[in-house]
Amino acid sequence: MNMVSDPNAARKGWLSLLAKSPAADVATLWADMTINPAHTLLRAPEIGGVMVRGRAGAIGAAFNLGEMTVTRASVKLADGTIGHGYVQGRGKDHALCAALVDALMQTNAAEAVDAGLLAPLRNAMASCKTTRASKAAATKVDFFTMVRGED
Amino acid sequence: MYVAVKGGERAIDNAHAWLAEERRGDTSVPELSVAQIRAQMTLAVNRVMAEGSLYDPDLAALAIKQARGDLIEAIFLIRAYRTTLPRFGGSNPIDTEDMACDRRVSATFKDAPGGQVLGPTFDYTHRLLDFKLAADGDAGDVQVAEPQKTATPHIMSFLDREDLIQTEPAGKDVPDDLTRTPLELPASRALRLQSLTRGDEGFILGLAYSTQRGYARNHAFVAELRIGAVAVEMDIPELGFAIEIGEITVTECETVNQFQGSKTQPPQFTRGYGLVFGMTERKAISMALVDRALRWKELGEDCLGAPAQDEEFVLYHSDNIQATGFLEHIKLPHYVDFQSELELIRKLRREAQANIHQEAAE
Repeated sequence: MNMVSDPNAARKGWLSLLAKSPAADVATLWADMTINPAHTLLRAPEIGGVMVRGRAGAIGAAFNLGEMTVTRASVKLADGTIGHGYVQGRGKDHALCAALVDALMQTNAAEAVDAGLLAPLRNAMASCKTTRASKAAATKVDFFTMVRGED
Repeated sequence: MYVAVKGGERAIDNAHAWLAEERRGDTSVPELSVAQIRAQMTLAVNRVMAEGSLYDPDLAALAIKQARGDLIEAIFLIRAYRTTLPRFGGSNPIDTEDMACDRRVSATFKDAPGGQVLGPTFDYTHRLLDFKLAADGDAGDVQVAEPQKTATPHIMSFLDREDLIQTEPAGKDVPDDLTRTPLELPASRALRLQSLTRGDEGFILGLAYSTQRGYARNHAFVAELRIGAVAVEMDIPELGFAIEIGEITVTECETVNQFQGSKTQPPQFTRGYGLVFGMTERKAISMALVDRALRWKELGEDCLGAPAQDEEFVLYHSDNIQATGFLEHIKLPHYVDFQSELELIRKLRREAQANIHQEAAE
């Protein structure tokens, strides 16, 4: 799918970021923002499992690899905006926070939430990925061929 | 025969209290935290997640602590916990092509795009005890280099382009799930792979080794072994689109095996596939070899009667929780069963003795 034409790309982006970010980081940044929007719980935070699938030979028929823990929550802000959170692991506060952020990102508060919470999470994730990738790159093998005496 | 017996409650309570004390061990030594196990016993955590069939490093570390380091007991705890979770759904199949590889090696192509990336491997260590670790655990400086910008394509895709490797048939969108329906034979490849990926590492390793030694003719090359993080994406009904719900580390092994061809197939390479939670490369390679051995029927090969080709033997004995459950139950009270055996043997002996006397008298 062409991401540029995907109307849900932005929302998909922040929900995915919230799901993969460490619960502790999300909690700290959320607390630092000192916003506490009035909301009702549509779905109280709930811990469950998702069956992760792979493909035979990486490209063939799907098969069940095993489950992972996931926590989800849904909220409704006072103005009626609905937010959903699905996060990895067993973090009820994490899921609730993700749902609130999802809702706020659909309101006028979006810019502030993006700057205060999502941007630092994005940076932390990018930096973490770059660090691992540079360590991996240092273990890449440079082959050299022994010159055989031909002259 | 089962007969209800009461008693032993006090003994059981006291045994469990003592177990807790022994688990803690010498109190002059600092207690292990779950975070320490998670961070420093990573490969044990990975094995418990893979065979417990639940990706959650915190829970796996807790289970290892509770089980006093007995990994099969820890896997048992995770399997039991797993059954209490409501199932939110199934993910889209993970895309290992997009893996952020910590490690990626190929034994078949030296100069494959993406290169040979060793990662944090035990390979090429001398397997000499490092007594420095007994004194302090300070790691040296880790070298870094410019991260690769280019993609790391699957090695198999090169053979695929030339039609030199057997294609992978498509299957059902929602694969058979042995945690939902009992395993029946013949099993689909999806069920076999699910069973192998959560199977006991030692058992799968032993079977894989047997194929290398000649029990089923399978000479495998590791076309590719990659370890790294992949995103897990799932369709969320209330959103109407898919989002990433997390990121997991997996090990993937693709083997290429020679195939002479059959009545229906031209000579081609064939595939074995291993995919396992965590950094678990011994298990992933073993899985690929056993997967390939089990495919003899669909590839039109002969059954050589090798254990690794016997689907029933492999799939019904690879689960260490089933195995240990049945095995260990025999240490539990069987007083009545044994009483009847005892009476039977006494009766048989009396009869045998009587026959001897009778023969002697005649």
